[in-house]
Order: sequence, then structure tokens, then C-alpha cells
Amino acid sequence: MLNFREIAVGQALPEREFTATNVSLFCYNAAIWNPHRIHYDETYTTEVEKHPKIVIDGPLQGDWLSQIVVNWVGEEAELLKFDYSNRRASYLGETLKSGGKVLKVDQKTGLIEVELFLKNEDGEITSPGSATVRFSI
Amino acid sequence: MNNLVTDEALSWIGKSDPPVEIEVNRSDIIKYSVSTEQVLTKYLKGDEAPPMFIAGLSREIVPLQDLGVDGLPPASLLPDLPLKRVMAGGVRFEFHKKVKPKEVLVFEKKLSDITEKQGKTGPLIFITYLITCKTQAGEMVLEQFQTRILR
Repeated sequence: MLNFREIAVGQALPEREFTATNVSLFCYNAAIWNPHRIHYDETYTTEVEKHPKIVIDGPLQGDWLSQIVVNWVGEEAELLKFDYSNRRASYLGETLKSGGKVLKVDQKTGLIEVELFLKNEDGEITSPGSATVRFSI
Repeated sequence: MNNLVTDEALSWIGKSDPPVEIEVNRSDIIKYSVSTEQVLTKYLKGDEAPPMFIAGLSREIVPLQDLGVDGLPPASLLPDLPLKRVMAGGVRFEFHKKVKPKEVLVFEKKLSDITEKQGKTGPLIFITYLITCKTQAGEMVLEQFQTRILR
């Protein structure tokens, strides 16, 4: 169980790797009802929209970032704010690593701010983000 | 800048779609949770929606014949702009209440900003929407600033 009093600025959040597959992207886009062809139609994706491969959804990468926070705090805190931006496209076959670190701890209010990242295999940040959680103290 | 965004396009800022009511379904939460590789039991059992579940919940559902060549439905609140390829930008959430199955949520979407920027490979247009989500009783569930990038 995560103990608020033991959390320190600079502390790293547990990292996790995600590798999207044709099947996982199909299930995700069906679940959110996203028929955009760049997520399943390779010929259209490469020839019309000029991507090198099938594109991993930006919001899916946002979800992977959010999981770094909610899995870290579990039931000990609530997520108040979360943001991310897709700075670099990611494609089917890439393994993306998500993680983050604690930026600010407010001992009086129980608020913690974290920065988040999603990196590709070259170490480039594809989607940075941040979040604020509140612990009950 | 190439002045791709006309005054007419800018006049769309502030326009909004009519509110839409959507009932949260447990099996939809479970499908979302499995496909996004959630690990927390409350999400995998559909007892509570993961934070990003809501981002996909208010997507418009139209007849297949109304989908465009790119597979997308006609975009609402989108003025005529010279760049046509759509990419997800980013999203900023403020959470006020957790979302659980059987809740009926009321979504409202407003076009809040249009900005032109220069990208590495050419001009980009950023369109920002504010999507608010409330309970039927009017209690705020979340506010979502969603950015779409046209290239």
C-alpha cells in the first residue's frame, strides 16, 4: 500500500511497457467506436494519409499514461487532473514505455503532482503528460 | 504563418452542439478496460470507468453510409479549413466525480479555440473543444479540453 508520508519529490513511478498489436488496436477502436482507417487499413494509411505504418491511437497512448498514475496510487488517492499531448506519432510494432516521477508533494493538502512520459524504443518521448492526485490525510 | 484560418472560421469559436445523453454500460467499460490492458480489478469488472474511458464515450455514432473516406463521421463544430487530415492532439481533464455503470451522463461540446502553428513538416491547425460531462441532476463529472490537429 502506498504511504503518502513516504512519497518524495523526484521519486519514480513504476514503469510499464505496452506493445499494441493488430488485435489490441481492433478491440480498442471497436470499444471506443473509432472507425478512422489509419488504425486498421494499412493500404489507406500508407498510400493516402502517408503514414509509414498503422497508427497507434493518441487517446490509447493517453490511457497508458493515465494508468501509470492510477495504478501507482490505487485506492489511496483520487485523480483530480490529467493531461497529455501526442507530440510524435507511434506505429504498430513499436514498444512504448510509460513512466513518470513526482514533481511536487504538498504535505498540508495531500496533493501530489507528477510528470508522465511515453517513450519509444529510441528513447524519444512520444507523449508527455502530467497529473494531480489527492491523498486523504 | 500562412493565415490559413479565416475570420469566418474564427467566428465558429464559442459555438456548441446540443447536449447528448449517454448511459454508461458495464460491458462497455469491461471491453475498454481489456483493450487498454488495465490491471485494476474495479475497471476489469466494470465497477468503475477508467479515467480515459470517458474520452471515447461521447464519440458520435452515425450510419455507415455517412462515414467519410477516412472512416470518420462528419465532424461537428468544424469550420471550413484548408487542412483536412485529422490527428489526435492532446487532452486535459479535470475530474469531479467517478463514473460508474448505469449512470446517465449529459455531454456538451463547444468549440473553444482555433490556432495555426508551424510544424516540422508544414503548417498545422489546432482546434480545441471543451466537452463537459454532467449527471442528469447537473452535477459536474468532468471537464475535458480536447485538441485535434489538422495537417
